[in-house]
Amino acid sequence: MGIEGIGARVLRKEDKRFITGKGRYTDDHKIAGMHYAAFVRSPHAHAKVKGIDKSAAEGMPGVAAVLDGQQLTGDGIGNLICGWMVHSKDGSPMNMGAWSALATEYVRYVGDAVAVVIAETQAQARSAAEAVAVDYQVLDAVVSGADAIKPGAPQLHPEAKNNIIYDWEIGEADATDAALAGAARVVEMEITNNRLVPNPMEPRSALAEYDEAEEHFTLHTTSQNPHVARLVLSAFYQVAPENKLRVIAPDVGGGFGSKIFIYPEEVVCLWASKRAGVPAVKWTADRTEAFLTDAHGRDHTTTAKMGFDANNKIVGFKIDTIANLGAYMSLFSSSVPTYLYATLLSGQYNIANIHCNVRSVYSNTAPVDAYRGAGRPEASYVVERMMETAARELGVSPAELRRTNFITEFPHQTPVIMAYDAGDFNASLDAAMKAADWDGFAKRKAASEKNGMLRGIGMSCYIEACGIAPSAAVGSLGAGVGLWESAEVRVNPVGTVEVLTGSHSHGQGHETTFAQLVSDRFGVPAESVQIVHGDTDKVQFGMGTYGSRSGAVGMSAIEKALDKVEAKAKKIAAHQLEAAEGDIEIKDGEVLVKGTDKKLGWHEVCLGAYTGHNLPEGMEPGLKEGAFYDPTNFTFPAGCYVCEVEVDPQTGVVDIQQFVAADDFGKIINPMIVEGQVHGGLAQGIGQAMLENAVYGDDGQLLSASYMDYCMPRADDLPNFDVSTTETLCPGNPLGIKGCGEAGAIGSPPAVINAVTDAINNNNLTMPASPANVWNAINLADAAE
Amino acid sequence: MYETTYHRASSADDAVSRASSAGDGKFLSGGMTLLPTMKQRLAAPSDLIDVTHIADMKGVSVSGSTVTIGAATTHAEVANDAGLKKACSSLANLASHIGDPAVRNRGTIGGSIANNDPAADYPAAMLALGATIHTTKREVSADEFFTGMFETALADDELITAVSFDAPSKGAYAKFPNPASRYAMAGVYVAQSGGDVRVAVTGASSDGVYRAADMESALAGSFNEGAIDGCSVDEGNMLSDIHGSAAYRANLVKVMAKRAVAAAG
Repeated sequence: MGIEGIGARVLRKEDKRFITGKGRYTDDHKIAGMHYAAFVRSPHAHAKVKGIDKSAAEGMPGVAAVLDGQQLTGDGIGNLICGWMVHSKDGSPMNMGAWSALATEYVRYVGDAVAVVIAETQAQARSAAEAVAVDYQVLDAVVSGADAIKPGAPQLHPEAKNNIIYDWEIGEADATDAALAGAARVVEMEITNNRLVPNPMEPRSALAEYDEAEEHFTLHTTSQNPHVARLVLSAFYQVAPENKLRVIAPDVGGGFGSKIFIYPEEVVCLWASKRAGVPAVKWTADRTEAFLTDAHGRDHTTTAKMGFDANNKIVGFKIDTIANLGAYMSLFSSSVPTYLYATLLSGQYNIANIHCNVRSVYSNTAPVDAYRGAGRPEASYVVERMMETAARELGVSPAELRRTNFITEFPHQTPVIMAYDAGDFNASLDAAMKAADWDGFAKRKAASEKNGMLRGIGMSCYIEACGIAPSAAVGSLGAGVGLWESAEVRVNPVGTVEVLTGSHSHGQGHETTFAQLVSDRFGVPAESVQIVHGDTDKVQFGMGTYGSRSGAVGMSAIEKALDKVEAKAKKIAAHQLEAAEGDIEIKDGEVLVKGTDKKLGWHEVCLGAYTGHNLPEGMEPGLKEGAFYDPTNFTFPAGCYVCEVEVDPQTGVVDIQQFVAADDFGKIINPMIVEGQVHGGLAQGIGQAMLENAVYGDDGQLLSASYMDYCMPRADDLPNFDVSTTETLCPGNPLGIKGCGEAGAIGSPPAVINAVTDAINNNNLTMPASPANVWNAINLADAAE
Repeated sequence: MYETTYHRASSADDAVSRASSAGDGKFLSGGMTLLPTMKQRLAAPSDLIDVTHIADMKGVSVSGSTVTIGAATTHAEVANDAGLKKACSSLANLASHIGDPAVRNRGTIGGSIANNDPAADYPAAMLALGATIHTTKREVSADEFFTGMFETALADDELITAVSFDAPSKGAYAKFPNPASRYAMAGVYVAQSGGDVRVAVTGASSDGVYRAADMESALAGSFNEGAIDGCSVDEGNMLSDIHGSAAYRANLVKVMAKRAVAAAG
């Protein structure tokens, strides 16, 4: 490794522009004659739209157009799609209701867009939007998944009877029931996974430009996957053919999943830029719109039963989950509570029989889709809350129960599709317990008690699946796209390098880590490597960044392209140095003949490729190679988290005394960036566990629609994290990478709740462990005694 | 935000006269609540009359045991005033925990009191300290000034110019912050002057800031935490929302009262 190669703590190249305010986000882009869009949104959770009177708004200053859903569908703009087909257990396809980018007959959640105003200024657009008079006939609303499937519940879509989108299962029901029936002990739990609002720092934004002469659209937008956006906007929404639509995702200020999806606003801005006859249309969400309309995360209610034999070995695990998908099916919503959730319910454990049933349901709430972890946090929460609770009920230590059931031989085929390729679960458990001084806990607890405080400790041994995923495999499970990645490596005549990637960085530091691969390979400084991403005119195609896939999949594609570049460079050098190709070595910026003093500078070989003066017979000039990489399996990051808390019984306040994370991410390219990813993931996971909660009133109003009521983690809510890694290489990709972007958010919520329930010595707690919820749990238990 | 006309008043009289001649004028004294409300298009005053540049309305003065604070004095200025820290450290301490640094350097005591947010800190201090609210028209006791949630005795064309009070012999404020907003979910200010004890509670009640009479008499008898044990907080008057039930808030009022007493020493 060079000083900036694989494993080096290279400072983030992109941070200079970010921390000096020089980032260029979608809203920073301006076009002459640009107009602004303001959406008319439903104030009701469920209503019939009886009429829209646009006349007053149309006459207001600066207004170019007031457009509605009838006009949108009249122009042939297609309904929004869900890109993953899930079938119910009876074989029927999922029951998907129609979602028009502007509602026509019904509105189904607060924030549902019914019309849009295009005006010269943002203030004019907003004022005119307020003047659009919509005649609503208000209907009853339902907000929780469990209520939505009750008899007599308000019905959202005629396609989905009883609001059920699908009733899906995985695993063997009969075998699992039999195993539980024969178990020495069965532990049963009700588990709620609270709904979250993603809250990236940069709200969603779209700037759509229409060139009338060229009949060509350009869309700047806040996207984690601009090529997928272009594909969907073109092929399904019929905005324009792909060659007439350029999508650019410039600097993007955080996504966490919420910017994977194609939302109504992008579609409407594109359509309106042409329809209203203006040069361009810009829309940027304000924070309230972000709360109301960004795809939310989680929102599961689950019943789980786990059976053990007399030796505390798990014999069966049965899970029944209701997943609330909100008012419409967002782009990948169907896959999150099924293939991204139930396939991880084996956890780190050897379980012969698992059965999971999932009913995904509509409700009068914002659509729910992938959010950092996407299904895996819900799975690890079920598994790890269950393991901790079972240990307490069985009277064994939580570590012992886990060790008894750990998978220790790989590869391991679980009963729920996943085949784990590598791991060492005892190693991360050992590392975490040691770092947390687990053995010293009793002493610390006694000290807390003296001060009137309750102390608790909890662990979580998570496993997750990243690097989504082998295209043929996900295709067979219903995915509408392949999940490979592409890369192109362009070496310039002077030896500097551009890497074009289909991955998209929105905070992950790709400009640094990806450059390190090149630096490692050719010995050029990271500074000499430019990473190009996020523009469909520059990068041919890519599947984007989500599911912690940019390392395992995106960098694997770069590695493949680098292999090709290296091979060609060696051929050129061998020819020029009159040596055998196999004797050529590229090291520290030089191209050497092994065992001799014959060498060329890297830049000399590159220049030679472009002058073409002295190339091997028949070789094309130039040094540029592309590659597509399709993964062979998911990757399986895993680890052990330990959380220790002190609870003030008088107020219910939880103070995290320590948080230890021992992760196995396989090969690490930049440890500093990986630690940053873990810190961020932990902050989000602890946020879910203690602070964040999206709450709808019974009437469907979002009660936590601002930072006054939705508690985002602040620095002083969090402890210093003790993070470390153990390493088993992923055998499935060239670098041995597993992925690190979501682990913190996946593994931490159960660790926190296990610690708090240990401290208060009862399991009555529903996440988040807010002071009021913890105080209630303590006092409900007292009342019950 | 809708369009509005900004005025910078040169004196309290100038401010009142500008407000009177405006169609729908509002005094702006920091704007820590008003401006966000306007940004959300929930308020649309035609004119904003900024009173924070009126020299007479700024600063803290301590004369003997009497403390006077100009209405346009920022929370940061109150928190850091050396004379006040000596005379009444509990109030300086309260100010140092309002909002965040940006809020503390913009928001003012007059703005806070005039708004009388049921979760604001200053109203509890004014009640517990038995403060006098000075306005362009009169002097009003804090007991008469705060009339309910977001309600005060102020007339539309009346501007707070200062507050004054006699420093207590003992005092402390204990706040339980809402985890999200960090406004008080229950904030209790306890002040003892001679044999007289005043206890004011903010954040918890559906009627806004109030004095806890039974705690006052219990503490007048014996100024220690144990005295609070026998007091009851009526859950029926407590707020109940997604952050906590009435029972939880009633509990917090007692816990914060005890902590305030303990801190007052």
